[in-house]
Formats: sequence, structure tokens, C-alpha cells
Amino acid sequence: MPTDIDWNSSTREPIEKSYITLTVNGEPHRLGIGSQQDEIAPSHTLAYTLRESLGFTGTKIGCDHGACGACTVIMDGEAVQSCSILTIECDGKSILTIEGLEVNGQLHPLQQAFIDHTAFQCGFCTPGIIMSTKALLDANPSPTEDDIKQELAGHFCRCISHYLVIKAVMAAAGRER
Amino acid sequence: MTKEYRYIGKATPRKDARDIITGRAQYIDDMKLPGMLYGKVLGSPYSHARIKSIDTSRAMAQPGVKAVLTYKNAPDWKLGMPPHKPVLDSTVRFVGDVVALVAADTADIARGALRLIDVEYEPLPAVYDAETAIQPDSPQLYPDLPGNLLPRGTYGIGPKALQEIVIGDVAKGFEEADLIVEGECAYDNIPNPLPPEPPGVIASWDGPDKLTLWTASQSAGANKSNIQNIMGRIDVRVIGTQCGGSYGSKNANQMPVAYATALARATNRPVKLYYTKEEHFDTFSLRLGSRIRASIGIKKDGTVTAVAGEWIIDTGASSEVVPWQVAVGCGEAQLMLRCPNWNIQPRAVCTNRNPSGVVRGFGGQELKSSLIPILSIAMEKIDIDPVEFFKKNFVKPGDGYYWRDGVWVEFRGPDYSKAIEKGAEVFGWKDKWRGWGKPTAACGTKRRGIGVGIHGNADVGEDESEAWVRLDPDGRAVVFANISESGPSQRSSVCKMAAEVLNLPLESVDITPPDTLVNPFEFGLVGSRGTYILGAAVIEAAEDVKRQLFELAAPLLGAGPEDLETEDASVYHKAHPEKRLSWRRVIGKTRTCIGRGRTEHDFSLPNMMTIFAEVEVDIETGKTDLLRVVATTDCGQIIDPLVLQGQLQGSIGSAGIDTALAEETILDNRNGHILNGNMIDYKWRTFVDLPEFQTVILETPFPSHRFHAIGVGEIAPAPGPSAVLMAVYNAIGQRIMSYPLTPDKILKALDKE
Repeated sequence: MPTDIDWNSSTREPIEKSYITLTVNGEPHRLGIGSQQDEIAPSHTLAYTLRESLGFTGTKIGCDHGACGACTVIMDGEAVQSCSILTIECDGKSILTIEGLEVNGQLHPLQQAFIDHTAFQCGFCTPGIIMSTKALLDANPSPTEDDIKQELAGHFCRCISHYLVIKAVMAAAGRER
Repeated sequence: MTKEYRYIGKATPRKDARDIITGRAQYIDDMKLPGMLYGKVLGSPYSHARIKSIDTSRAMAQPGVKAVLTYKNAPDWKLGMPPHKPVLDSTVRFVGDVVALVAADTADIARGALRLIDVEYEPLPAVYDAETAIQPDSPQLYPDLPGNLLPRGTYGIGPKALQEIVIGDVAKGFEEADLIVEGECAYDNIPNPLPPEPPGVIASWDGPDKLTLWTASQSAGANKSNIQNIMGRIDVRVIGTQCGGSYGSKNANQMPVAYATALARATNRPVKLYYTKEEHFDTFSLRLGSRIRASIGIKKDGTVTAVAGEWIIDTGASSEVVPWQVAVGCGEAQLMLRCPNWNIQPRAVCTNRNPSGVVRGFGGQELKSSLIPILSIAMEKIDIDPVEFFKKNFVKPGDGYYWRDGVWVEFRGPDYSKAIEKGAEVFGWKDKWRGWGKPTAACGTKRRGIGVGIHGNADVGEDESEAWVRLDPDGRAVVFANISESGPSQRSSVCKMAAEVLNLPLESVDITPPDTLVNPFEFGLVGSRGTYILGAAVIEAAEDVKRQLFELAAPLLGAGPEDLETEDASVYHKAHPEKRLSWRRVIGKTRTCIGRGRTEHDFSLPNMMTIFAEVEVDIETGKTDLLRVVATTDCGQIIDPLVLQGQLQGSIGSAGIDTALAEETILDNRNGHILNGNMIDYKWRTFVDLPEFQTVILETPFPSHRFHAIGVGEIAPAPGPSAVLMAVYNAIGQRIMSYPLTPDKILKALDKE
């Protein structure tokens, strides 16, 4: 779907918008649609736009096919794989990336828990894992270990920090044993 | 009883923790240089073919395309060891072998241009099996490599490089044996270490002989020596970026470095070459394939009297470093097995699949995973418990071995039997062991079995490291060491060591970025050598600068240097702690102090890892679940318990334990295409399938350095595959001598196909 079409327009003529608006970490961005280098092409994924057009490089691209979870961001409260969503479908959406978790130099409790438990090794999958678990804790503040495992089932962590990640998330949820 | 330290042995936040969990850490694809172009590679659709014609004119005509390189206009660099693979060639040797390189203003334009390169191939017969490849009538990959055999060589290892194991007299050894068994086992499923971040580099030339390279690697220094081996003694500066996983595979980044460097030279612009995950699967390196056919002479008490056989190593279309892998593997075999008579003949063979590179386990995992199952046949025949066998046969004080360089080394480490026993106890081995080929438990269609594997590596002391430590008058210390960060936390660990020596808050110790322009010599983070060799260099530098500090402070405090101690950036008299001066007063506010450290190699303190595994096999479906793992080691002194825990748990992934159950690169043996080259079809363990994982870590002080520690991270996965293979045998009572143990293979062994 290359354009937004306003079917309720009184003229009954579709009105094509040449831009979309995207709120990232609370800041609105107006992005032109087109084929110029600084515009959003219809083929651009949200992951690409976040990284290449807006500079939010904390979001990582691993497989670019929705199979590794590295690019996970939160869109309107839900964890999504940003490599599998086209930017032009995101008009009006609100996105939270890893860069938006820290507020005024204050880390999110999840981030602090990941530091305290050294819940990462190479760190490439970490932003995606943190965003998924943030969405989980927002929806379910007291998850079980199994809830966490299910939430993270699509995240590829090759260093095997899984065990320490689970501990960190349990700690952030105040459920550390 | 270990000494109580301020930081050593305690969990401390990683130095780069905040960058990683806020997304600020700079990985290679997060970097952009002014004027930077994007490189892309065109892979061959044939596993073996001659390029009849190649026309790049349509690609070159595309707006934004700045260079297209083929064998016709590429530099004549050769990759591999010994150098044998032209960077671009008129012959392609595996599906994905790079045919052409494009540099363009954007990655999209470069990708589009690949489709406009017109190539006409003449397909050639291909060979995918190493033993077939050495037959006289097999297709030949390189005119210079008759029989597809890579020559044995020294290549930086020294004139006596260990390229075979020939010790004692095997004929005599077999005569002394109570029993001789023969066996064959293949660990040739060529798994992919598969770091989450695809390989990537940025190359930039400043004049014809001055190259700067940004590299996602575990060893910035290894990239430099590698480039100079390929391109001659050009002036090259290598800067390491945060690396999203390597497990060996990105140690030297030979192919992407050569491609980016060639494109940057052709365009006179910085070029980023960053693989997609598909390119990572298709054109990058994999683990060696390994097959051993051997005879074992054994006595009834478990003494091995002779080992003789051949070790067929499948290197794929080219090999980054196989002579080193053979040398290390041959050394490691002797660490596991105290046997006076050996004759193991390795043969490294090229085949038409992806090249092989460095992967954690480095020759030893491949050799062990093939050899231990054959030894198991002998163990079963004399009915010895494998834990007792490994305890008896792992290298002991008073023993020696020929190591990598072909030099005899006397072992200075501890008797590892204690650690093996402790691991067995935690695992509950004695309660579970029912004998060879017998399940621990059976319930309905489920059969449980246990297994154990062992590995050791003397490369914890390999090669050389240098480090400097600078004290600043404001009470801070800076470690100068060329350490990349790909996950093992080595940058933080050496900061802890320096903080400990200098008795300084850990926050006051920083480390320079990995950059060959700034730092002294560093071999790189391989073979678990960071803790000992690199650690010792940093410790020596910190001790050296502390000595200078005390010499400066002594006259000011009216004392001898030996009377002084330092704490939180002040120097005080040990007998009169009230006599105290800040570093600023001692050093002077416009000076810095620099201490130096250098460590030479020491192969006398090999590490050890034993993995105990319990599996449950469903004999109706053939599905195997890994239930429990106990990883056991003795590291002398833990530097950071959480970091070490992560490294040991890492044994599951990165072409480790799971290569016994699921991980493999599946080739279509009709055409050489990879059938599972993506993140869905290549099987990896998810969060919902985690086995119970325990670590058993002893801390017997080693005569290594001030903190009596050695590294163990690199070897963590190596004992895993053979442990799982043994566990499955014990569960189902049928021996399978290849990996991975997929359900179809298990059902076939059970005659239930």
C-alpha cells in the first residue's frame, strides 16, 4: 500500500499524502515519501528508516527477515520486528526504541538489571531483547520465568546469555529469588 | 582458599555495559564515514565453474555505481594458508564464491547493479566429500594443489610445526595392548558459528600505501598482520568496532577485508562492506569438517598403548588457517590422552563448499568430536566408566606433550582429576551411570542417557601480548592494550586487573579503543589467551608504573619505595598511614607516568573443560531433548563470575554442543547449494528449549600471574558434541558415528525408518 487514502473525503476522490508522521521516543518526525535519497521509499522497512534516515542505530538488523528479533522495537505498546514492517504503513504510529528507555540520564529498571546481571555478551541482540521484555513487563508486571521464555522465543542470542537475561528480567520485575 | 580481592573474583559492571543497554555501542553498521560507498558481492550460482565471459558494462552504466571488480581488474592478492585462493578468480569453487564486487553510493544501488553483471559460466564437475576429493580421478579445485590436498606447513608456527602426531612406536604399542579396536567417526556437519551481526568492514585508503580499516572482529591486531600477509608491508591502521559476536569466525575477516580494501582502492573512497544474513550464510566461512579412522590399543585398566589412524579434514573451497588448526588439534589430542605411541596423519582437503575459517574449538573440537567416539568403543570393550577413563588419561603433573610449535612442553598445571570428580558429583554421574549402551531411565517411549566429554588447550598461553598503563595526576589510570570486544568482556577484565594492582576505584580505570595506531603489540583474543598472556602484560605494566610511582613518592614521604602502598590515587607509608600524598602531588600536575608490560608465550598451563550431558530420546519419533548440562573446569581464579558463567553457557551455541543434535549446514550434494542458509531453516536453540545448566568451577591457583588465573572461554563448547553423542548411545543402545543426531538418523539406528 504505497499511499494513505482518505476514503471519507467529501469529494470521494482519494487524497494521496506525500509524507507520513512517525513519533519516535516522543519526538514527532515528518518523513517525505519518494525515491530521493532523503525520502522514504515504499520498500523501506521501519528498521531501515529508524537506522538510516533517523539515526536510531541502537536498533540492530540481524537477519532482516523477521527471524532473529534483533530489530525489535515497541510500536503503540506492542513489541514488533521493525525489519518486517514497511515504514509507509506506520503513519501516525508511536515508536519506542532502545534509545528512548533512558529518561534524563536515568536508566530504565530493565536496563539497570541487565547491567547488574551482565545479561549480555556481544550485546548485538540486547536492544531487541530489552524492548521485548519491556513490552512484556508493561503488559504483565509479574511474569514467570516461563512467560519470559515464551516472550523471548523469537530472539536469537548466539552467545547464550539466556540464563542471565531471565535472571535480569525477573529482577527488574522484582521477582528475584 | 582464594585470596580476597577488591575486584578480582567479584561481579562488576562491564565497562561497556551502559553503551550496550542504551544502544550507544558502535557496531560496524552503525558507522558512516564522509563520502563512504557501499560494497556488495555477487556470488556464484555454481559450486564449480569457469567464467567463460563476464560483462560489467551494464552495471557500470548505472548512476551511482562507482566500481565493479572482477578477476580481470582485481588486485592479485591471494587468501588462505598457504595463500591459494585469489581474491577474485576466473574459476569459482563453491556456491556463493564471489564473482564480482560492486561499490556504489547506496547499498540499494550496489545490490541492483549486481543483477546487471552478465556472467556466462562453464560448469565443472564438483566434489563435496573430502575422501572422494583425494581420489585420483576427482575434480581438481586448484592447479597448484594436486589431489586437492593443502600442503602441510609452518606458516608462522615455526620450523617444527606440529602437522601430525608421531610419537613412540605404534607397532610396539599395539603388541602391548590387551585389546585393539578400530572405528570411524565423522564430525563433518560443517556448522555455522553464526554470530548475530553479519561480518563487516570499512576500508579507506589515504594514498597508495596507507590503509585504514574499521573491523568488526575479535582481534584488531590479527586483521593487521593478515592484511600485511596478503598485501605486503603497507602502512595499515586497524580500528576495532564493537563486535556483535565472532566465536573465532571474525578473527581476521580475510574475505570481507580483501573485498572492501580492493573496492576502496579502486574508487579512492571509503567503502563499507557489510554482509546481509544470506551473504553471511552463502559466502562466509564455516567450521572444518573432520573424519577420523583409527585403531586404538588399550589395556584392561584403561591405559591406552597406541593410537594410529588418519584424520581427514575437509577445508571446503579454501582454508584461512588449517595448518594452525592441525597443529593445535594434534597438541590437544595428547592433552586428553596420555599415550606413549601415536601415529595420526592429518590430511587437509579442499572441496566445493564454503571455505573454512577460525571457529571456537579450533581444530581440537573437530578432532575430539571424531576421536572420543572411537575411544568410547575401546572403553566399552574393557568396560571402564568414561569418567574414570578421562581422569586417568588427561595430562597430569610430570607429563609432557608436543605442542603446536613441535616443541616438547612439560605440564605445570594441576591434576584435573579433582575438577572432573567434582563435576561428576554435581551431575550425579555415579547414580545415573548404568554401563555402556544402557539407559539411565526408561519410561514409555522415552529413554534417558548420560555422556561426558573432555577437552584441554595449551593455547591459553599462546603468543605474545604487550600493554602499557598510564597514570594521570588526576588519579586515573589508562590501560593501553589492543583489545577488541566481541563478547568475552576482556576489556573490562584487564581494567579489573589494573584496578586491583593499583588499588584504584574501577571507575577510575579506562582502556584505549582497539586501534593499532595507539596501542602496543597484541596477538589477539584467541585460544582463551586473554586472561593469562594479555592479563599478565597488563599486570606487569601496572606493577611497573606503581614501582615508578613509589620511586617518585619515596623522597617526598621520607621513606623507601618498599615502604609504600597506594590506595584510591594516593600513596602512603605502610607503617605510618597518616603519611600520605595524592598522585597529583607525587606525579606532578603536568606529567603522566607510563609502565610497560610484555608477556611471552607459555604452553605449559593448558586449561580443561569437562561437559556432562543428559539427554532424553523418544524412540518412536527419534527426537532428542538435551535435559541437563554440567560444565566443569578449574580456572585458577575467577576474574568475574557472571562473565565466566556466560562464557561457559555459551558452549551450547556458536557451533558448540548443539552441533550434536541440530546444527548443520545442509548441502544439496547434487549441486552444492546450501539448503538451510537462513535463520529459520538453520536450527538454533531458543529461550523455550533451554536445558538445565550448571557450572562447576574450581580455583586451584596456577603459576600464571599475580592472580593465578587462566582463561577457559574458547574451549567451553569443545567437549560438548562427543558428550551428547555418548549420551544418546547410552540412551538407545545403538552407536551412531556421525553428527548431528537428527530424528531420522536415530530412527534409522533403531531400525524404525
